[in-house]
Amino acid sequence: MSPQFEIQVIAVLVAVTCALPGVFLVLRKMSMMSDAITHTILLGIVLAFFMTHDLKSPLLFWGAALVGVGTVWLTETLSRTRLMGGDAAIGIVFPLLFSIAIILITRYAGSVHLDTDAVLLGELAFAPFDRLILFGKDIGAKSIYTAGFLLFLNAMFILIFFKELKLATFDPLLAAVLGFAPVMLHYALMMLVSLTTVGAFEAVGSVLVVAFMIGPPSTAYLLTNDLKRMMLLSALYGALNALLGFQTAAFFDVSIAGSMAVMTGLSFFLVFLIAPERGLISAMYQRRAQRVTFAESTLLFHLYNHEGSSNEREEAGMDTLQHHLKWDLDYTQRIVQRLSRAKQLEIEGGVLRLTPSGRERTLRDYREMMG
Amino acid sequence: MNKFNQQFAIEVEDLTVAYDAKPALWDIDLQIPRGQIMAIVGPNGAGKTTLIKAVLGLLPTASGMVRFMPDGSAKPSSNLIAYVPQSGSVDWDFPATVLDVVSMGRYGHLGWIRRPTRSDILMAREALHKLGMADYERRQISQLSGGQQQRVFLARALVQQAEIYLMDEPFKGVDARTEGAIVSLLRELRKNNKTVVVVHHDLQTVKEYFDWVTLINVQIVDAGPVDKVFTEENLNRTYRSAGGLLTKEA
Repeated sequence: MSPQFEIQVIAVLVAVTCALPGVFLVLRKMSMMSDAITHTILLGIVLAFFMTHDLKSPLLFWGAALVGVGTVWLTETLSRTRLMGGDAAIGIVFPLLFSIAIILITRYAGSVHLDTDAVLLGELAFAPFDRLILFGKDIGAKSIYTAGFLLFLNAMFILIFFKELKLATFDPLLAAVLGFAPVMLHYALMMLVSLTTVGAFEAVGSVLVVAFMIGPPSTAYLLTNDLKRMMLLSALYGALNALLGFQTAAFFDVSIAGSMAVMTGLSFFLVFLIAPERGLISAMYQRRAQRVTFAESTLLFHLYNHEGSSNEREEAGMDTLQHHLKWDLDYTQRIVQRLSRAKQLEIEGGVLRLTPSGRERTLRDYREMMG
Repeated sequence: MNKFNQQFAIEVEDLTVAYDAKPALWDIDLQIPRGQIMAIVGPNGAGKTTLIKAVLGLLPTASGMVRFMPDGSAKPSSNLIAYVPQSGSVDWDFPATVLDVVSMGRYGHLGWIRRPTRSDILMAREALHKLGMADYERRQISQLSGGQQQRVFLARALVQQAEIYLMDEPFKGVDARTEGAIVSLLRELRKNNKTVVVVHHDLQTVKEYFDWVTLINVQIVDAGPVDKVFTEENLNRTYRSAGGLLTKEA
């Protein structure tokens, strides 16, 4: 395998690994928790390193994951006191723990390779240099195996507990009543997010981990109404962003992690604009169509209310109508034309009158709108 | 422990729930009769929702206990109780269809890991049909009106096949059609000898919809058959601000 190919394999694995628990972060409105966790785990790594003096010790991995879960717990405990909001709690806990880690590194580990830049941006380009040697044989970049293991872990957890996660995310109260231990599931999920973050950020850095966790699920959310499909689409988008990001980076000779994060943002905005139902353009179009339909209903209802009344000539007169509704002339004529084309009203001696089908529609509209 | 009276579904004894040092429910004694439809009525902040949540074991209690049919155990057996939360308590933009949400009512019977089977889905469909929502099963839940959301929650409770149904303001803000659907559901549940407890705010309809009523304002004001308890005098006492209910003082 060429290093370029290996980098892409690592990136795709990491992207998919992050997207799966990311879906639940987005649905639980905890997106910014991923930002906090990606940074505070550094404290776990540093503390574990001081205990072992070995950068390759697996204790670093677990220490980091533990601090990740601790971050969630501390934040939620703070916000439960109701002395501050949940977002403020993140704003307190995250800088505090992260900065302690930075100070510890600069003060005591200056000579060790624990580089703060590498933490933020990762070094995907160097990932292929770190080989996994088994029985004296080079079996590929180590990151491929780390990411593969985490992907397996996340996929298995979500496959096995899909029903429980779905219920606990949508309706934690019912989950509690039915005995599905939503709090335990919550922390299991946070443990998974932390493990994923530790495994992923070594390769791709904390900024890209956040992008991979939040971007694809938010994109998929715009495209589907089904949780399973949202997970699949998230994985797909994550992989696509990774590959496109790599090509962009190679083409312009710029940061790989940076390009992937940019791709994640761009693909989100593209879908945000053109998604078939929830996209901005389609929403604007729907809103305009709705406004016209509602104007039609209003006009028909107005005619219905004044039907047969003494001032019908004035209220429903072709030339006086617009002053009563306070609509401008063009708009009034457009709505009248649409309705007369639909044979819902007719003009008799300069006065608008409902046709039977127009009367039927206004009564139907009334029932629908007034429940 | 004294024997559990089989006329009751739930017995609440000396229950106090407090937020910090302020009681939301103070020394509540309440017997919920089996096979009846009971309304819980009281002003805002009277502790109606708190009572339901405390009975379900979702809140820590400061004192007292709750005992459940059939044998008076302190923990309800699984699937004894179906709970209908206020529809505003969940995020309706969650990616799920109506049928998905109703199927969740079957999860308690399935237990961990097992997925809904064809018969669970059939049951969910039947419940939707009963509530006039059969045409909406594929609908995304964010596209429902308030009344339709409420009917989805009721269908979800129905498939739990429980003995006791606790409903938190099911009539709140619903249209006439939904109100009718809920009322006929309540009557059907009573016919099948189920126990139903409904947090209710519309005083006009209490006499028509319910057999039994509990008037509450942090303390229990009175509880019993509607025609005995639902009196002008009792209502005045209930809607007077909490703290005016000491009977021995007067």
